[in-house]
Amino acid sequence: MKITRQEVEHVSRLARLGLSDEEQERMRDQLDTILTYIDKLDQLDTSGVEPTSHVIPVTNVFREDATWPSLSQEQALANAPDRHGSLFRVPRILEE
Amino acid sequence: MALMELYELTIHDLQRLIQRREVTAGQVLRAFLKRIAQEEGKIQAYMTVTGREALARAARLDRRLEQGDQVGSLAGVPLAIKDVICTQGIPTTCSSKILEGFVPPYDATVMKHLYNAGMILLGKTNMDEFAMGSSTENSGYKATRNPWDVSRVPGGSSGGSGAAVAAGLCAGALGSDTGGSIRQPAAFCGVVGLKPTYGRVSRYGLIAFASSLDQIGPMTKDVRDAAIILNVIAGHDRCDSTSVDLPVPDYTTQLGREITGMRIGIPDEYFIEGMDREVETAIRGAIGVLESMGAKAERISLPHAEHAVATYYLVATAEASSNLARYDGVKYGIRARGANDLLAMYTKTRQNGFGAEVKRRIMLGTYGLSAGYYDAYYLKALKVRTLIRKDFEDAFKRCEVILTPTAPTPAFGLGEKTDDPLTMYLSDIFTISANLAGIPGISLPCGFTQAGLPIGLQLLGKPFDESTLLQMAFAYEQATEWHRRKPPL
Repeated sequence: MKITRQEVEHVSRLARLGLSDEEQERMRDQLDTILTYIDKLDQLDTSGVEPTSHVIPVTNVFREDATWPSLSQEQALANAPDRHGSLFRVPRILEE
Repeated sequence: MALMELYELTIHDLQRLIQRREVTAGQVLRAFLKRIAQEEGKIQAYMTVTGREALARAARLDRRLEQGDQVGSLAGVPLAIKDVICTQGIPTTCSSKILEGFVPPYDATVMKHLYNAGMILLGKTNMDEFAMGSSTENSGYKATRNPWDVSRVPGGSSGGSGAAVAAGLCAGALGSDTGGSIRQPAAFCGVVGLKPTYGRVSRYGLIAFASSLDQIGPMTKDVRDAAIILNVIAGHDRCDSTSVDLPVPDYTTQLGREITGMRIGIPDEYFIEGMDREVETAIRGAIGVLESMGAKAERISLPHAEHAVATYYLVATAEASSNLARYDGVKYGIRARGANDLLAMYTKTRQNGFGAEVKRRIMLGTYGLSAGYYDAYYLKALKVRTLIRKDFEDAFKRCEVILTPTAPTPAFGLGEKTDDPLTMYLSDIFTISANLAGIPGISLPCGFTQAGLPIGLQLLGKPFDESTLLQMAFAYEQATEWHRRKPPL
């Protein structure tokens, strides 16, 4: 077995993703199949090979430190599921 | 020509008719809206049809044409846009429940270019949720049907765009391609689909799936139309630092040039055991057609081809797990009710809003990046990605273009692969490498099965050499009639 139920639970917590018991079980089975397939990469010797995270050799792109038009506060808030005046409103974070 | 309906015409036909004022933009648009009213119920290609805005835009354009104003190259041409591309004031959902009701406050850069060229937006097309899938069945809303056989899938993830082009529900469309999502549905739907070189087209306003792989491109009725759209959307954009500041050639100029002496690489690894017999026959036939025009086919090797799918599903999911962290129920989209603290709100919103495939990929990506597994999975995949890139660099020393099937099979049945994610992933086996290597690829029709399903031919090119790719594709298209067939709706 490549992945356990406990690992599925742990990873779902890292990803902030709720999963029902049934979803966790299916997820474990399916990830197990996929990870077993992915193991074929172990056949390749990659020692000394540089990783490619990006095909374009771009590192930093600089621009003038000048302002240009951006979204208004009203536009930025227009799609919020909940707001309070000019703020995004979320459930309580701190205990009273 | 006179016998064809307006909705059957190519973009270059419509360009000519509109600019010579033989038809108005309004007439063209109404022909497409009528076609949509008749056929969309069967095909389900669209998430949103923007008929009212389109009629207003067409009327404005017709007034300008009447006054003799200069208009752009896409004046009056009605296009459909995959619902992953932000359109100001028009809902953009990525076919995900989590973005239900989201109305972007800005246009993607490609939309600005298209509007400036006079394009009329017909609507937004259905897709696999967040572009994750190969059949459009992962849409959070509905499954799109293949116009050639409505019991089959249109491919994915740009299945709505592919089906809309094939069924005459738009003159052309934009899709996005992260692992084959333009080329595979183009093959399944019998249309042309072009994935440009990574960095050729701005991704600003393209909702991110895997940022090092995603690229926007055209889906059209023929090769010339793909070149015309690429002319409009290609170029550097200061809003996308990964768009490359290279001059944009006129992609139509090489169309019609001879291909005599050009070398076509045929990779041994792509003609594998278990490939569909009818697909193989069609591809071998296409090689023969190109050889008869003077091109030289040559066997080549891409030794790491068999590792592309595994590499892709580590790289793409890792990037996706990071990109999709933004869907947290705070800034846009839906929020789960009844959560009394912030963490519960996040986890419940994401549980309710994402579909099964998206959850699977977030989990796989998070796992591959997590402590203890990073080196074994993610870093390993990045190293294999280097090997896959090198394969192409070496191969392109011996040829100008590489020829392969686009997909190992023709369109499969609805529901056939939905229970088996890995089998679904393997349907992208021939398209994925181009994204990992960043090179351009095009799919075009090269035959039909006995059951009447389209078969796609894929040509891959050197980075930023879309012109040669289009030249070769055009030469093949001119020598054949496949692109003229229409689905039996």
